[in-house]
Amino acid sequence: MSTNVANLLYLIPIVTFILALRFLSNPAHARRGNQIGALGMFVAIVVTWIKTGGTSWWAIALGMLIGGGFGAVAARRVKMTAMPQMVALFNGVGGGAAALIALAELHKILPDPGRPKIDIGLAIFLSGLIGAISFSGSMVAFAKLQELIRGRPITYPGQKVGNLALLAACVAVGVTLAAGVQDEWLLWAVLGGATLFGVLFVLPIGGADMPVVISLLNAFTGLAVAVGGFELENNVLIVSGMLVGASGTLLTILMGSAMNRSIANVLFGAFGQVSAAAAAAAETDGGAVRSASAEDVAVMLAYAHKVVFVPGYGLAVAQAQHDVRQLADLLEAKGVEVSYAIHPVAGRMPGHMNVLLAEANVPYPQLKEMDEANPEFSRTDVALVVGANDVVNPDARNNQGSPIYGMPILNVDNANAVVVLKRSMNPGFAGIENPLFYNPKTVMLFGDAKDSITKLIADVKAL
Amino acid sequence: MSHNTLLVFEVTILVLAIFLGFEVISKVPTLLHTPLMSGTNAIHGIVLVGAMLILGSPHKGAFGWVVGFLAVVLGSANVVGGFVVTDRMLEMFKKREAPKAADAASDGKSAE
Repeated sequence: MSTNVANLLYLIPIVTFILALRFLSNPAHARRGNQIGALGMFVAIVVTWIKTGGTSWWAIALGMLIGGGFGAVAARRVKMTAMPQMVALFNGVGGGAAALIALAELHKILPDPGRPKIDIGLAIFLSGLIGAISFSGSMVAFAKLQELIRGRPITYPGQKVGNLALLAACVAVGVTLAAGVQDEWLLWAVLGGATLFGVLFVLPIGGADMPVVISLLNAFTGLAVAVGGFELENNVLIVSGMLVGASGTLLTILMGSAMNRSIANVLFGAFGQVSAAAAAAAETDGGAVRSASAEDVAVMLAYAHKVVFVPGYGLAVAQAQHDVRQLADLLEAKGVEVSYAIHPVAGRMPGHMNVLLAEANVPYPQLKEMDEANPEFSRTDVALVVGANDVVNPDARNNQGSPIYGMPILNVDNANAVVVLKRSMNPGFAGIENPLFYNPKTVMLFGDAKDSITKLIADVKAL
Repeated sequence: MSHNTLLVFEVTILVLAIFLGFEVISKVPTLLHTPLMSGTNAIHGIVLVGAMLILGSPHKGAFGWVVGFLAVVLGSANVVGGFVVTDRMLEMFKKREAPKAADAASDGKSAE
């Protein structure tokens, strides 16, 4: 197949990817959008298969079988709650592939005299650098979310300066390579430095900010792929990669603004570090915590007019979405008005809670976004907080010393009563004290969210 | 096409793709942010095409074999895993036709 014919046929995947992103704008068409994208990807693979003319076809087939098999099994087996780290993992391998392509391409063209041309050299360096950062950064994000390593920020003195120096060194080596110094070790040095940088760059970021980081690394991989398209002079890589690079960047910014924080603050703020002053302040005005039994809470719920569920990551961990739905149905049968207040960054990714509750077949109209939910709390009898913490922390409104000051929150403390389902008094993932727990209106129901909800269901039934 | 003409052309479509990327997702509701991230993640699996071109090129040494093969493995994991995970998420966004019809019916009754 000639390059021109192949490039024409590559328009098919490009168009399907654009349509896929477009269809994702609407819940009714989103799944079809994804399927259209997959179909386009299949076309791209077939065209490329024909283009290679059967060279090493068995090796390509074997590689696709191994990689595809792993991807299919991992994606099928993963629980819904572990989706974010799965996205991180698949993002990382994509970045790794882009870095490997840079390496192979440089190795191929280095022996030719007078090569690589400066633009090709620049592309090789950039896709290697960005791909390697995306690879190692995603792996750290995966490890943090999977709780293989501590979710809390890991910091040490001189971290920012050290990271910046490392990145600058990588860039300097890369520029030397692009300028025409023909030595493959330069690229190895860039890849090694970038891999280390990826690790050091994600380690200090708290687990609660991982969604933003994954989104950013997703954009990085897209960019690495687009730049890789310049090495291989391949349009479909350039356009598809850049589509992801641009949309991923926009999504990252949207996620940051949902938390009222700039991306720079997320990346370099080592968010979630409990500063000594803030911790001390929280301790001094901390009153007593009231804990309640499931029976007490069941009575509160059953005799309320309006109950709002506020789900958070604890719901995801406990896999309690079906039980929550069951409890909600039971309350509705008793004539209680039930809705769900969804904070844009509740859970580990934006929309995380919507996905889980959709899995439990909670009807859409009951899911309220923050702006819609907040005015409702003043006429809510009971706000039932299921495993959410930072997104309902009144310090975000009141305490200028708090690291989350200024973040928009769900004002559950405006409700007549607040019930918090929580495993223990440990601070949340971001490691910040929450005065809501000491509020006289609040009662705590300690235990695993799923167990607590199951008890509540039994007790409400028994009433 | 000379190398420079091609380069200018490639830079042009790159810049257009940036604007297109911003434009197509500017209207995605928060509800779909997670599937969107996952969906774009699957799309950059197009890196597999690059990996196939490396492994499928006729003159490659042992190095090209090993690196190309690894790239194909990683790229395919990205493609298949990305699309399957996204599909599993979106599968749950099914519309519930029956209850909606029931709601509409009860609304009608209460209106009467």
